[in-house]
Amino acid sequence: MTPQAKIAVKKLSFYYKKEQVIRDLSLEIPANEILAVFGPANSGTTTLLRTLNRLSDTIRGAHMGGEILLDGKDIYALDVSVTELRRKVGMVFEVPTPLPMSIYDNIAYGPRMRGIKRKKALDQVVEKALRMAVLWDEVKERLNASAMSISGGQQQRLCIARVLALEPEVILCDRPCSGLDPVSTAKIEESLRELKERLTIVLAPHNVQQAGRVADRVAFMLMGSLIEEGPAADVFANPKDKRTEDYITGRFG
Amino acid sequence: MSVNNTRMVSFDGTTPKARRLNARQTQAIAKATIWAAAVLVILILFAIIFYILSKGIPELDWEFVSEIPSDMGRSGGILSPIIGTLAVTAVAIVIAAPLGVGTAFYLTEYTYEGGITRIIRFGAESLAGIPSIVYGLFGFIFFVIYLKLGWSIVSGGLTLAVMILPTIIRTSEEAIRTVPQIYREVSLSLGGTRWQTITRAVVPSALPGIATGVILGIGRCVAETAAVILTAGSALRIPTSIFAPTRTMAVHFYILAREGISMERAYGTAALLIILILLINIVANILVNRFVARGR
Repeated sequence: MTPQAKIAVKKLSFYYKKEQVIRDLSLEIPANEILAVFGPANSGTTTLLRTLNRLSDTIRGAHMGGEILLDGKDIYALDVSVTELRRKVGMVFEVPTPLPMSIYDNIAYGPRMRGIKRKKALDQVVEKALRMAVLWDEVKERLNASAMSISGGQQQRLCIARVLALEPEVILCDRPCSGLDPVSTAKIEESLRELKERLTIVLAPHNVQQAGRVADRVAFMLMGSLIEEGPAADVFANPKDKRTEDYITGRFG
Repeated sequence: MSVNNTRMVSFDGTTPKARRLNARQTQAIAKATIWAAAVLVILILFAIIFYILSKGIPELDWEFVSEIPSDMGRSGGILSPIIGTLAVTAVAIVIAAPLGVGTAFYLTEYTYEGGITRIIRFGAESLAGIPSIVYGLFGFIFFVIYLKLGWSIVSGGLTLAVMILPTIIRTSEEAIRTVPQIYREVSLSLGGTRWQTITRAVVPSALPGIATGVILGIGRCVAETAAVILTAGSALRIPTSIFAPTRTMAVHFYILAREGISMERAYGTAALLIILILLINIVANILVNRFVARGR
């Protein structure tokens, strides 16, 4: 493991009103790896991802305990700029979420909010982001077409490109392939594997197989608790916990 | 559909006496009823419009729209009421649209559902149900007399602004609420501030709905009589400032018909009123579509 983890979660608890959805969870996420956080529905993976870029702030009546450190700095400290944090820690959602505007404008959305207005600079950002998400060749002829007009898989890669346009350090992917066909899924997994060269990825896979295909490390969660964590190969070959084994082998879930 | 046509037989072998309608028959009846309702409404609407236009359009000529009324409106044109209508409506919209849309954004984006929002919404709903003559009386007492604005375009515009505010608030609120929550999350997750999220992700999607609310407001302003006659007066001169009294087309129409001055001219005014509202709708739609098309 790297000396300092990219993200360190320390004794995190998270509550929606009185219901506790994350229980005393500690986890270190090394840089330039794909960590898959998996578990059955309602095990808290989505919530965990959302606490990492403070999108959980928008939930009314939620509160939390513990700390989350990004490069050693508490992201919930008072002097932290939430917008800057979210620029660094991007998010790809469960369903493709293009905004109702052109492909170009979707990618340029984030950079524009940061004040980049020059057409040339934006053009470069858009092309670079689309190339990194392996989408450029498919859409370069129709950048001004509606983002709603491309296929679901393309839309999801567009969403990845949109995050990449902000040059993030971490990307959170919440079941990014649910509802996509196997070919689209394979393309997204391929781009994730390429992306980890330059950034850190936290993935909530939509099934165990996906975790096995792309993850360097895996973390198994159940009912808001972290059950087991480690290199993917080790956990899948020799799960230490009976519940992990049961879940991986398909005995439940 | 042979299944539907077989006679129903009970388990004891007898045919049930009271036959209930099957699903297909119910469907056919429902369809016919809904069709009839729609056709009836459209027929009535077109009958009214056709009647007014057929009586009014023969009155329309260049003189009618380019000259001020003379002899109480028996002859001359209706230039000053046209100007009065546009001026009073413009004042009302300039005040009510920003306030109403702003309130709607406050209610939807800046507060959580709670006591205050419920009070504001209840207030707006109650205001929407008040007869316009009551607004007229309020405007007369408050703007005309207390604020010493006199019978004027400002008094009329302010009164109408108060009157249409609830409509604009409610329609805008609905429009903003229908914007998918995920758009906001996407914008925030891309490092947007709340304000950036509203202006860049929410407004473009909500704009057609907001515009509908504002257009409804314009329509009510243009058509309003009672509230305007008490606050803007019924002067026939061309107004020279927004503090001058004026007469709107609806008021002009009302006076012409009510006092038996000239039914022909009244129909002419009504026809022009309908055409004006139609034009406003068309122009507003084109503007909104152009804005929306830029995004899609």
